[in-house]
Amino acid sequence: MHSESFWRKDIFSTDHKTIGKQFLFFGIFFLLFGGFQAMLLRWQLAYPGQPVPWWLMGFLYEGTGGIIDPDGFNRLFTMHGTIMIFWAITPILIGAFGNFLIPLQIGARDMAFPTLNMISFWTFFLSGVVLLLSHFLPAGSASGGWTSYPPLSLPGGGIPGLGQAFWTLSVTLMGAATMMGAINYIITVIRLRAPGMTYWRMPLSVWGLWLTSILNAIFVPVIAAGLIMLLLDQLLGTQFFVAGRLAAGGGGDPLLFQHVFWIFGHPEVYILILPVWGIVSDLLAIYSRKPAFGYKVTSICMSTIVVLSSIVWGHHMYTTGMSPLLGKAFMFLTLLISIPSSIFFFNWLGTLWRGSLHFDPPMLYTMSVIWVFGLGGLTGLYNATVTSDIYLHDTMFVVGHFHYTLAASVLFGGFAAIAHWFPRMFGRMLNPLMSKIHFWGTFITLNLVFFNMMVVGYAGQHRRIYNPSEYEFLQPLADMNVFITYAALVLGLFQILYLFNFVWSLVKGKVAETNPWRATTLEWTMDYPIPHGNFGEIPQVYHGPHEYSNPNTDQDWAPQTVEIKSS
Amino acid sequence: MNKAIQLNDRFGAATTGKLGMWLFLVMDALTFGTILIGGIGLRNAADVWPTAGLILNVPLTAFNTFLLICSSFTMVMALNGVQKGDRKSFIKYLALTIGGGVIFLGVQVYEYTHFILGSNELGVVLSQSGFSGTQFLPFTGMYGAVFYTTTSFHALHVLTGVIYLSVILTQAVKGQYGSDNYDRVEVAGLFWHFVDLIWILVFTLIYLL
Ligand SMILES: [Cu+2]
Repeated sequence: MHSESFWRKDIFSTDHKTIGKQFLFFGIFFLLFGGFQAMLLRWQLAYPGQPVPWWLMGFLYEGTGGIIDPDGFNRLFTMHGTIMIFWAITPILIGAFGNFLIPLQIGARDMAFPTLNMISFWTFFLSGVVLLLSHFLPAGSASGGWTSYPPLSLPGGGIPGLGQAFWTLSVTLMGAATMMGAINYIITVIRLRAPGMTYWRMPLSVWGLWLTSILNAIFVPVIAAGLIMLLLDQLLGTQFFVAGRLAAGGGGDPLLFQHVFWIFGHPEVYILILPVWGIVSDLLAIYSRKPAFGYKVTSICMSTIVVLSSIVWGHHMYTTGMSPLLGKAFMFLTLLISIPSSIFFFNWLGTLWRGSLHFDPPMLYTMSVIWVFGLGGLTGLYNATVTSDIYLHDTMFVVGHFHYTLAASVLFGGFAAIAHWFPRMFGRMLNPLMSKIHFWGTFITLNLVFFNMMVVGYAGQHRRIYNPSEYEFLQPLADMNVFITYAALVLGLFQILYLFNFVWSLVKGKVAETNPWRATTLEWTMDYPIPHGNFGEIPQVYHGPHEYSNPNTDQDWAPQTVEIKSS
Repeated sequence: MNKAIQLNDRFGAATTGKLGMWLFLVMDALTFGTILIGGIGLRNAADVWPTAGLILNVPLTAFNTFLLICSSFTMVMALNGVQKGDRKSFIKYLALTIGGGVIFLGVQVYEYTHFILGSNELGVVLSQSGFSGTQFLPFTGMYGAVFYTTTSFHALHVLTGVIYLSVILTQAVKGQYGSDNYDRVEVAGLFWHFVDLIWILVFTLIYLL
């Protein structure tokens, strides 16, 4: 192996492992950025109109007398949502672990198209730069919400400057990067599996990431078309999504954008969570020392959800004047998803049942996914049902619900994945004590925050309200809003501990052995550092990914490369 | 590097590059599909929609369509050439294909300029269609928006195709391809045929109907 320069090896690398790490650092940066914006949002909701304290960087608001003004508040929740979904969760789960795990776990030397992979990351990087730059525009960044509905997001909708156009441009670039990644992931899984690695022997993590990529490949092109039309409306003066008084000549249809947005937007939630489902299914088996319960059923259920997720987008639009019959159809299809979801949920419990549970940090994070995803899934039923959704629509209940499914489940899934694969990525262990403190701190405060969000939402608090104290019926909730804010601040503090743990372990963590968790999958078969090209010789795979406690093996696990002879 | 390529999967002997291109084309078709279907929906909702051929120059664009179909044909001939090891005909037909794409773009630029600069005759036609002014622009009603968005997005593809094929041509001149090595030519050809196919849809929906 020839030696490569720093630029080729660490910056413009085509090695999937390096690109995965780049996505990870990128995502963690934006996670902190978006998380900080959440703290500012909470400050305003607890103490409306009071100056932002110095420890929340109050100097940022010098121009408005130290307080967050209504436009600033709109910009905050817009950017918080956009960043967390597209620039934090997407790069960490799909970018980092998709890149790192897929080739290693299926026994490939790299992605099918390594150069495209590199271009994908740098396009993603560029999109992030455009998004960050939009904060420095004279009239400020986008403030039309992460959904960017027209006509609000169009000129004449009331938002000054180029913020919305920057938003559209950066999300479009992000979409381009995602599509390149999707092509790579899908073709890699189809083409580069090692001998013996049949689809039914792939780790469930790969199943999740693969299905996510398929959804990306189908639905990101759709939103791309919508975004192009939105951008033309914003910059060129076309009127695709303008109607009524704002429309000059003929006019278009704002609802068309909502349809296009949610045709993509609903699958997007599965795009974000499918990798977590796969990772959780695998980790539960590893830390219970048992084969995953119903391996095939779990992957079939995940595939079923992929199909169903493409025909339920209307449940985001019950209040747009949709025909009741159509509303009912969307409600029925949406509720149908709870069947496959419940099945693999019970499979998770089945894996735990009478297992020999090892409560290492990755397992703690993994088990908490079961709790937060369960709660998030159950509260989703109220949003999917037309009658209750018409009441709950656009309240903090919805915010609490999707933070349970997206923020909490995906975040804990990400924490689990980082803790589990840290030794493979960096050759050291994530400090277990700090991880456990971080886990408990995060788990408790996160539930306090998101559960109580649902409570105030049920009591009627609107999701994007600037100042709840202005409304008499919300005044009794003031104490609760303060409580949520303090819980959120403590939650934020624990993430600083996490960052410290991450950096400290990177430098000083205990040097890891090759296979510290005694896992069976292929990524644990080679010594650290894993070379460019991964495998000395492409391994032969003999069995599925979860051979734990098989009575026919002498130890309690059998790597996929070892043949099990039945006695 | 990719020694692990398994040729015994259900996609048979299709190369990895070809599979990747096919997948990309499916995705691209979804983007185009959204724009086209969105355009149809917006057209049905629009108050003003000119009769076909009143504003747009159908004969000129019919020629352009014919040209693009011919360039698809020359692309097939180019691939045929390289597969047979006939380097001369490979390069000749590839150059003709690129030429076809360039002329196509030229005609479209001419059409755009004509519309954007505007003229009194154009003004007459526009007022017959229910629009004001002497220029036909992206914000001349929903008609202008749909026309410019669809055709310029397609033109972007033609431009990409021209650049893509020019890279292949440069490599071909350097002698990179032969009867045992033509996968990239085939993959580039797939893209070119796709762009051609989409144009036939665009031409039908925007110009003829
Ligand atoms: Cu949804």
